[in-house]
Amino acid sequence: MSNTHKIPSMPLEGLPRSHAHSKTHRRHAWFGLVSSVLLAASLTACGSSVELDDVPVEDRSASAVSPLTQGGGAGTSAVDPRGVSGVEVTSDGALQPDKMERIVYFDYDSFVVKPEFSAALEAHAKLLNANRSRRVALEGHTDERGGREYNLALGQKRGEAVRRALSLLGVSEAQMEAVSFGEEKPAVVGFDEAAFAKNRRVELTYR
Amino acid sequence: MKRKLDLTRFDSWVPTQRRTVLGAVAALPLLAWPLRDARAQFRVEVSGVGLTQYPFSAVSFRGNDAAGQDVAAIVRADLERSGQFRFVAPVAGGLDETSRPDFGPWRDKRADALVTGSVMRLADGRFDVRFRLWDVVRGQDLGGLSLPVTAAELRLAAHRISDYVFEKLTGEKGVFSTRIAYVTKVGPRHTLWVADADGEGASAALTSPEPIISPSWAPTGAQLAYVSFEARKPVIYAHDIASGKRRLLANFRGSNSAPSWSRDGRQLAVTLSLSGNAQIYVVSASGGEPRRLTQSASIDTEPVFSADGKSLYFVSDRGGSPQIYRMAAQGGNAERVTFNGNYNISPAPSPDGRWLAFISRVNGVFRLHVLELASGTVTAISETSADESPSFAPNSRMIVYATRDKGQESLMTTSVDGRIKTRLAGAQGDIREPEWGPFQR
Repeated sequence: MSNTHKIPSMPLEGLPRSHAHSKTHRRHAWFGLVSSVLLAASLTACGSSVELDDVPVEDRSASAVSPLTQGGGAGTSAVDPRGVSGVEVTSDGALQPDKMERIVYFDYDSFVVKPEFSAALEAHAKLLNANRSRRVALEGHTDERGGREYNLALGQKRGEAVRRALSLLGVSEAQMEAVSFGEEKPAVVGFDEAAFAKNRRVELTYR
Repeated sequence: MKRKLDLTRFDSWVPTQRRTVLGAVAALPLLAWPLRDARAQFRVEVSGVGLTQYPFSAVSFRGNDAAGQDVAAIVRADLERSGQFRFVAPVAGGLDETSRPDFGPWRDKRADALVTGSVMRLADGRFDVRFRLWDVVRGQDLGGLSLPVTAAELRLAAHRISDYVFEKLTGEKGVFSTRIAYVTKVGPRHTLWVADADGEGASAALTSPEPIISPSWAPTGAQLAYVSFEARKPVIYAHDIASGKRRLLANFRGSNSAPSWSRDGRQLAVTLSLSGNAQIYVVSASGGEPRRLTQSASIDTEPVFSADGKSLYFVSDRGGSPQIYRMAAQGGNAERVTFNGNYNISPAPSPDGRWLAFISRVNGVFRLHVLELASGTVTAISETSADESPSFAPNSRMIVYATRDKGQESLMTTSVDGRIKTRLAGAQGDIREPEWGPFQR
């Protein structure tokens, strides 16, 4: 509606609307040049041969109404600036090593890798050290309590904890990337501690 | 030619469900997805006690039958949803923007303002939507507009009328013609939507099997930045809404999140984990190397520019628990902003610089709070327990936020004093991560 325009003149008493544009325009000096330009622009915008309709004004109070004023406009351009063109993303798969524990669980509000996961991490370190071309993402997750962005940062902290543990086991930094999903990808949907405990985790995902 | 006036009363008005398809869809980087979503409008849920509501009426627009949207009904719904207006059923008889009403019967009905208008199909297929606003009490013409629009813009024209009426009668700019972005999750499908501020006319900007979070509007309203997990890690994109073209803004080692545009649109504050912990950086809107703003061993995240653009609010747990801090936009020393409780996150400044909305955990529940920056007064403005992601309307009068009700995530709007709330619930699935867009032209 970029060509939103004021109706330059409201029809006076008894005047058909189509005449109002021109007649009132001539009559009222205060419209002046600006109004002419606006009128010309608006008529052009409306299409060259558009006749305004001939509805007789129902003026029940027998007094004139004032001109409509200029508005901000809502925009009608060739490319609709308010249009929305959508995009769809598709998922890809990943090949994971068989028979390896790939999840490390964490206590509430904790970022410490517990000793019970040492054996699993040693197995991953062995695989990665033997295959320097293998890459693994350490995907940190939190339970769903709290804010999404803050949880993303907390999940990152868990991913980094596992990265440091693997680094101590000799894995090259170039083979690992700690990332976070925050609370966005719960392993278990639920609002109790059992679900929360399953969701506070780092998944080792080979890429 | 004589025209018959349509005088349908609004009493039985039902919002029209909408399922239109975008006209032209250009070749896009990924699959073009011209989705339109049929959703309920935001519904008024709580009315403030003792609130003064301005009584108004709107007559069905002459010629509206030829158009797909009931303009007067949309204006009515907009104004009622603001909580500041009460609808009065119209007096029988035909009126449009060219007629001067006989005010007696309207005064008898206690309608203080009246909207009249017409919808006329133009030769090029568009519609000329015209209206006039009357001060019934004074018998005064408060002006009107002619809005030539395409059929797809009829709702927008109606929202423009609502904005006009709202501003004339309250002195505050209306936000009915603005847009909101939000994310839905239905089964495994995550969708970023752009919708009218009333929740209708939603269009999908991005659909993904992986999560999408933290949408942030560019100051012009033409682009959204957001975090998408489609690459199996959080990466920040800038997305041109009209064309669907996307570009990578931040895809650094580790996590990239929490984008927030600067007031001039030239750069974005973001959170990156390049250093091994979440820290705040700025990146140019055209891409390039990030510049680090915080240097802590703690978590620093959720940066957002202040209303004047000179400082950044952010969340840090440097003091042992997540709290909101403020520092200069160039970085440097930070001062703590929140002091009550041990969990204060998601700062959202009002565009007028007066308020800071945020989420505070109190007694184990997460609730929307508003801090009056000048006085330091903090007020809880919800009774729900899982509030998230507040965002101010561009007129600083309303806040949109996410909450959970009976296990389902929904969106709420609230006045800054918390007295007027509306809810937008999806037909199915969860609605979250709302972000109110700027004024547009």
